[in-house]
Amino acid sequence: MTLTLEQAVPRMEALARELGLEHYPVDFELVPSAFMTEIAVYGLPVRMPHWSFGVRWIYQMVQHRMGHSRIFEVVFPGNPNRAFLVDTNSVEENTLVVAHVLGHADFSRNNLLFAHSQSQVGYHIVEQAAAHAHRIEEVIETVGERRVEAVLDAALALEPHIDTDQPLNRPRYESTRSAAGAGTAEADAEPEFQDRYAMLPGEAEGLGDAPQHRAPPRIPPHPERDLLWFIAQYAPEMEDWERDIFLAVRKEAYYFQPVFNCQIMNEGWASYWHARLLREADFLPSQAYVDCMKTHSDVVRPYGGDSRISLQVNPYHLGYVLWQHIVENDGLEAARAVMSQEDDFGFVRNYLTAERARELELFVYAARQDGQIRVTDSNLAELHETLLGPKYNFGAPRVVVEELQRDGGLVLRQNVADDGRGLDLARARHVLDYIYRVWRRPVTLLTCDERGRELRLEPDGGGDAD
Amino acid sequence: MTLIETHGSDADGHWYDLFSRGTRDWLRHNRRVREAVREQLPDLVAGSDILSRPDNRTVQVPVKFMEHYRFRLRDPSEQEGAGQGQAEPGDVLRPAQPGHPGAGGEEGAGEGDGGVTFVLEFRVDDILDWLWEELELPNLQPKQGDSVETDELIREGWDRRGARSRLDRRRTMREAIKRRSATGPGAVPISNDDLRFRQLARRRKPSTNAVVFLLLDVSSSMDEHCRKLAKTFFFWALAGIRRQFSAVETVFVAHTVEAWTFEEEAFFQVHGQGGTRSSSGLLKVEEELEAGYDPSRYNCYLFYATDGHNFSEDRGKATEILARLAPQMNFMGYAEVSHAGHRRLDTEVAIIWRELAALGVPCGSYALSDDGDIWPAIRAFFTDQADAAEAV
Repeated sequence: MTLTLEQAVPRMEALARELGLEHYPVDFELVPSAFMTEIAVYGLPVRMPHWSFGVRWIYQMVQHRMGHSRIFEVVFPGNPNRAFLVDTNSVEENTLVVAHVLGHADFSRNNLLFAHSQSQVGYHIVEQAAAHAHRIEEVIETVGERRVEAVLDAALALEPHIDTDQPLNRPRYESTRSAAGAGTAEADAEPEFQDRYAMLPGEAEGLGDAPQHRAPPRIPPHPERDLLWFIAQYAPEMEDWERDIFLAVRKEAYYFQPVFNCQIMNEGWASYWHARLLREADFLPSQAYVDCMKTHSDVVRPYGGDSRISLQVNPYHLGYVLWQHIVENDGLEAARAVMSQEDDFGFVRNYLTAERARELELFVYAARQDGQIRVTDSNLAELHETLLGPKYNFGAPRVVVEELQRDGGLVLRQNVADDGRGLDLARARHVLDYIYRVWRRPVTLLTCDERGRELRLEPDGGGDAD
Repeated sequence: MTLIETHGSDADGHWYDLFSRGTRDWLRHNRRVREAVREQLPDLVAGSDILSRPDNRTVQVPVKFMEHYRFRLRDPSEQEGAGQGQAEPGDVLRPAQPGHPGAGGEEGAGEGDGGVTFVLEFRVDDILDWLWEELELPNLQPKQGDSVETDELIREGWDRRGARSRLDRRRTMREAIKRRSATGPGAVPISNDDLRFRQLARRRKPSTNAVVFLLLDVSSSMDEHCRKLAKTFFFWALAGIRRQFSAVETVFVAHTVEAWTFEEEAFFQVHGQGGTRSSSGLLKVEEELEAGYDPSRYNCYLFYATDGHNFSEDRGKATEILARLAPQMNFMGYAEVSHAGHRRLDTEVAIIWRELAALGVPCGSYALSDDGDIWPAIRAFFTDQADAAEAV
């Protein structure tokens, strides 16, 4: 007896409910694999046009043609979730994928980072991204491709530079708002207080008029991490449509961030659940189960091809093994609590124990610039750091707005102490170039050279003028 | 739960079957690369192997994928990574690569080696148009006077009668509409009176014929480097001339102590042995000119590429022939190809050319020792040529 996907999906959903998964409804859509490739490249089914996606796309196409990469599913959290399956995959493969997707759907509803992100961005990111794309197409019609592209060059380059500790809809700084609405009671209260203590008893008179010209408040009042927001709010000469593009990119970044920060947990959780759901799905013909599990072991395996050693850690495999142990040792309820409260940083540090690391045969290696790769002697903390290092700060160096100068100049600073080393200077100059084209006033970036001495970078000045 | 299935051919097929956003953005990337390439085109085309294309109408330029820059930390001297599998501390998973750049590489590794490249094809005509714009090169000055003329048919006016192939439908419809709006409802849609035919007229027009003599020294002192420079210079000079004249004929002459004419394909492959006698080549050019090209009907150009070494006893003879050729030529160019570090334009042949220039003959000398010299030389040629034409 064979089972069609239409029959499998509702039964799988019922089984998932029984086993305690809670998720928003899922819309499954079977699409051509070419479309899947695009979803994987753009990160969203319909997204704003940009040439950089074209480069990623051609890479993906080449890899796909060479059989190096295969995309099974993509699911977008929301209410409903939107899941895309490849129409050329076998029913058995797609049955596994359906089970996998249900695991993701459970995760994205219950994990707090995801829940927070969705409460900010809304439950319809697919539609919203499409609306952004549509709006940008309209702007291209009116102002032309070149100008829109210059803005997208800058906005997309700054994609990871957001601050999700702040709300998506975030007001301008207090101090600058009250300066704008001068004369209100709130604005007046402060100077009065300051006037009173401006001069201490016994201090020389004659300086009394100085406090009248209070220095304007410093912007930003603290180093600002959200570059996209800051530029959209404070750029001296940006047009409204340009600010809109920055905010659209920012909104999508707010959506992407939890996906990025929970990849190991999320993929592991979905893999754990597809394995378990398939095991317990008595409605599945036994041959179909065997075929499904074959796909499972293809997805959840540490090595590519025949090799017995890999220079990357497959997040599916790592997450899957960790979840297996957590459920086994602490029970499902405890595992669900971990799933809800952790992100990859806590998950790896708390649950990738020395024992697990040994069992998984994880190691740290050092790759020298001359090409030599050598396994290093490392402890567990070093292993954690190596796995998590590329994930800090949305995978980007820590660059903050230091100061908005009186003449409209923008001063950025890289947090060298936290990043451990300076920026790649050539690339940084190019990015400053992008920013300069929308900021339209001087842009400076403080970073450091190889010896840790401070460097002031200015835009490259090259490239095509606007 | 909803399950939607899509087949490419279905009537209710989805919008994503209609177009590929990936393709769109990839093509946009390629357009950007083209624009970027265009800005540094002179350097790129000077270095590329343009003549390898059979028809010489396109140039293939290897380019890198554009990088969308983001802030990134500088590459550490040692990159750490996590791996999985049976490995012990100290195991070397991959030995150092011999050809690998060592530590302390350039800033911005993404712009150095190792980027993925692909090949963009440019039409030579487009490149020339860009270059002329970019370098603000003057146009070639054809010979003055009305001796060089040909007949040409051009379109001129309309008539009510004519060959059917020359029916102008647009104008015919316009006539019909005019008539119908004048006569009101019930008018014939189109009548014979509405028909309009394009007419042709015969015009006399200055000739745009040109002949280019390319003279190459293939003696043993001309090595691969020199030949490539000569070849590139010839190609672009020729392309520039072709851009201007509707019919350009070429004569390829190679010489050592003797001289031969060649077909274009064979010309650059020729290797000769022995010494150099410029006069033999120049003599051959003169023969060819007299045999096939009436200077009153052709704009004539001569380009001579050599490393400049010539027997000094040949100087007199070579000068004499050049002096005979000069009045028949629009312009004569001398390209001295050498290796970097040589003193420029200080050879036997350079002296001859300098003497000619002193006599007021329209000519110019250009020293080429690497790819970077090609475009200044081409530009100098077209500017000299314009100056010379003005002076006449």
